[in-house]
Amino acid sequence: MTSNNRLFGILVPVISVILGLIVGAIIMIASDVNPIEAYTALWNGAFYDAFTIGETIRRITPLILTGLAVAFAFRTGLFNIGAEGQVIVGWLAAVWVGLTVDAPMIIHLPLAVLAGALAGGLWGFIPGLLKAKLGVHEVIVTIMLNYIALYVSNEIVRNVLTDHGTSTEQIAASASLGSEWLQNLTLYSRMHYGILIALFAAIIMWFIIQRTTVGYELKAVGFNQHASKYAGMNVSKNIILSMVIAGAFAGLAGAMEGLGTYGSVSVISGFTNLGFDGIAVALLGANNPFGVVLAAILFGVLKEGAGEMPSAGVPTELVDIIMALIIFFVASSYIIRWVLLRFKKEGK
Amino acid sequence: MLDILQSIVPTVLFFSAPLIFTALGGVFSERSGVINIGLEGLMVIGAFVGIVFNLTFADVFGDFTPWASLIAATIAGAIFSIIHAIAAVSFRADQTVSGVAINMLALGVGVYLTKVWYDKGQTDMVTEPFLSTNIPVLSKIPIIGPIFFEGIYVTSYIAILFAFIAWFVLYKTAFGLRLRAVGEHPMAADTNGINVYKMRYIAVIISGALGGLGGSVFALTIVSNFSHATIVGQGFMALAAVIFGKWHPLGAMGAALFFGLAQSLSIVSSGIPLLEDIPQIFLLIAPYVLTILALAGFIGRAEAPRANGIPYVKGSR
Repeated sequence: MTSNNRLFGILVPVISVILGLIVGAIIMIASDVNPIEAYTALWNGAFYDAFTIGETIRRITPLILTGLAVAFAFRTGLFNIGAEGQVIVGWLAAVWVGLTVDAPMIIHLPLAVLAGALAGGLWGFIPGLLKAKLGVHEVIVTIMLNYIALYVSNEIVRNVLTDHGTSTEQIAASASLGSEWLQNLTLYSRMHYGILIALFAAIIMWFIIQRTTVGYELKAVGFNQHASKYAGMNVSKNIILSMVIAGAFAGLAGAMEGLGTYGSVSVISGFTNLGFDGIAVALLGANNPFGVVLAAILFGVLKEGAGEMPSAGVPTELVDIIMALIIFFVASSYIIRWVLLRFKKEGK
Repeated sequence: MLDILQSIVPTVLFFSAPLIFTALGGVFSERSGVINIGLEGLMVIGAFVGIVFNLTFADVFGDFTPWASLIAATIAGAIFSIIHAIAAVSFRADQTVSGVAINMLALGVGVYLTKVWYDKGQTDMVTEPFLSTNIPVLSKIPIIGPIFFEGIYVTSYIAILFAFIAWFVLYKTAFGLRLRAVGEHPMAADTNGINVYKMRYIAVIISGALGGLGGSVFALTIVSNFSHATIVGQGFMALAAVIFGKWHPLGAMGAALFFGLAQSLSIVSSGIPLLEDIPQIFLLIAPYVLTILALAGFIGRAEAPRANGIPYVKGSR
C-alpha cells in the first residue's frame, strides 16, 4: 500500500501536467493555431540561448521560495494564500535596507536579505497569531493582508522612499545580488545569485521538516491537532512558528526580486502573482521541498517560455490557463486515483 | 451637509452594487458548505462576457443591450461555476485550491480570448453602458429625492432588492432551509432525504450566476471595457463582505454598502471637512482591516457554517 501511495504521489502530478498540456493544445487547435509550433516557441522562449536560460533561472528563483512558503504552511495544515503580501513586504523591506544602510557588502547584503525575510515573517506572524489564539481562519486573514501589503507598500514608495515618485532609485551595489560574472556568462540576462539562496532554502525546509524536533512537531500538528496537544506539544506555538517561517520564505522571494532582478521597488497597480503561483508550485510539488523545486522549474519554464508564444500566434495567457488546469487536476486527484485504480483492477 | 450626502450616497450605491451581487452569491455557496474563493474569477468571467456581448450585439438589441449583456453574463457565470461545483462537490477537491484555480483560469480565459478576438490586450469601450438616471417621481421628493434618486444607477437598487429576495429564499422557504442544513450538518440533512450533492451544485451555480452578474455590473457601470486589470480584487472584497456580514444576505449587503462607502470616501473625501485630514491610505485599507477585526471577534463573533469547506462523502461519519 505504501509503495502504491508513493507511486500515486508521483503519477498524479505527472498525469496532471500532461493533461494540462493536452487541454492547452486542444484550446490552440480550437483557435486555429498549430500547437506543435506554439510549444516549440515556448521551448525556445525558455532555452534558446544563454540569455533566455539565464532569464528562465531568474524567473524560477522566487517561484521556488514562494512555493516553499505555501508548502511549509501546508505541512502544518495551514493554507498560506498570503505569500503574495509577504512577497511585497519582503521586497519593500529588502530594498529599503539596500537604499538607506551604508555598509560593506559582507554586512549590507546579508542584512538586506534578512530584512526581507523578517518582514515576510512578520506578515506571516499576524495570521498565525490570530489562528492560534482566536481560531480565525488563516485564508481570509492572509487574503486581506495581501491587499493591506499592496496599498501600504505603494504608499511608502510614494511618500517615504521617494517624493511622490513611482519607483525608488537603484539600491547600493553593496546590497545587490547581481553579478558581472553571471551576466557575462548569460549574455547580460538579469540572472543573479538568488538561485543559490532559493536552493539553500529548499534544503533548509527539508532539514527542518525531516531532521529536527521542531519539524516533527509542526508535522504532527498538521496531522492531528488534538493528538499533538495530548502528547504535550504547544499547538499555538507551532501554528505561529509555521506561519512565521512560511512568511520568511515568501519574504525572501520578495528580497530576490528587490535585490536581484529589479534592484528597486515600484508602485504596483496589481499583485506580482508570485505568491499565487507559489500555491500552484506547492500543490504540484506535493508540499515536498524537492518536489517544489521541480515544480518551480516547470512553471518558471512555462512562464518564461510564454513570452515567445505570441510569435506563433498564441497569447501568453495560454500558459496561465494551462497552469490553472494543472492545479485543478492535482486538486481533483481523487478522480485521477479512482481512474488509475479502475485500470489496475481491470488489468488483473 | 445636504450636498455632501448628495455626493456620497450615489457614489456609495454605485460602488457597492457589484459587491452586493457577488457577495450574495458567496452567501449561497458558503451556506451550502462550499467555500467560494473563486468569486473573483466568476466576476472576471461576468465582466468579460458582459462587455463582449455588449460590443457584439449593440446593433441588435439597441437600448436593451446592457440588460441583455447582464443576462448573458449571469448565464456564463453560472456555467463557469459548474467547474468549481464538479471539483468541490463530486471530485472532493480542496475547495480553496479549486477556487484559486477558478480565479487563474477565468483571468487566463478572459484575456486569452480578448487577445484572440480583438488582437489586443483590452476590448474597445462599449457603446451601450449603463447610464445614471433620475428616477421619475421619486427624485421629485424633497430632501430624499436628490440624495437617493438623482444620478443613480438602476442596478444599485436591483442589487438591494436581490439582497432581500436572497434573504427570503434562504430563511423563509423550504429550499433555503435545506440549503442551510446541508451546510451545517450534511449527514443529518442526508438522513432526512435531502440530496446533499444536488443542493450544493445548485448553491454553487447560483453563486456563479450572481458572481457573473456582479462582474458584468462592475464592467458595464464602472469601467466600460475588459482587460486583465478590470477586476482586481473586487471578488475578494465580496468574499470579505460575506464574512463581515456573517454569512447573512442582509449582513453581506450591509458590509458591501460599507465597503462601497470606504471606497467612495477615498474618492470624494477631498471635499468633505474632517475626512480631508485622514490620509487616503487609511480609507483604502479600511475594508480589509475591518474584515480582520470582524473575524477576530472585535466586532461580534463571525461564525462560519459548520460544514463549510468539507467535502461530503456519503456514508462516512
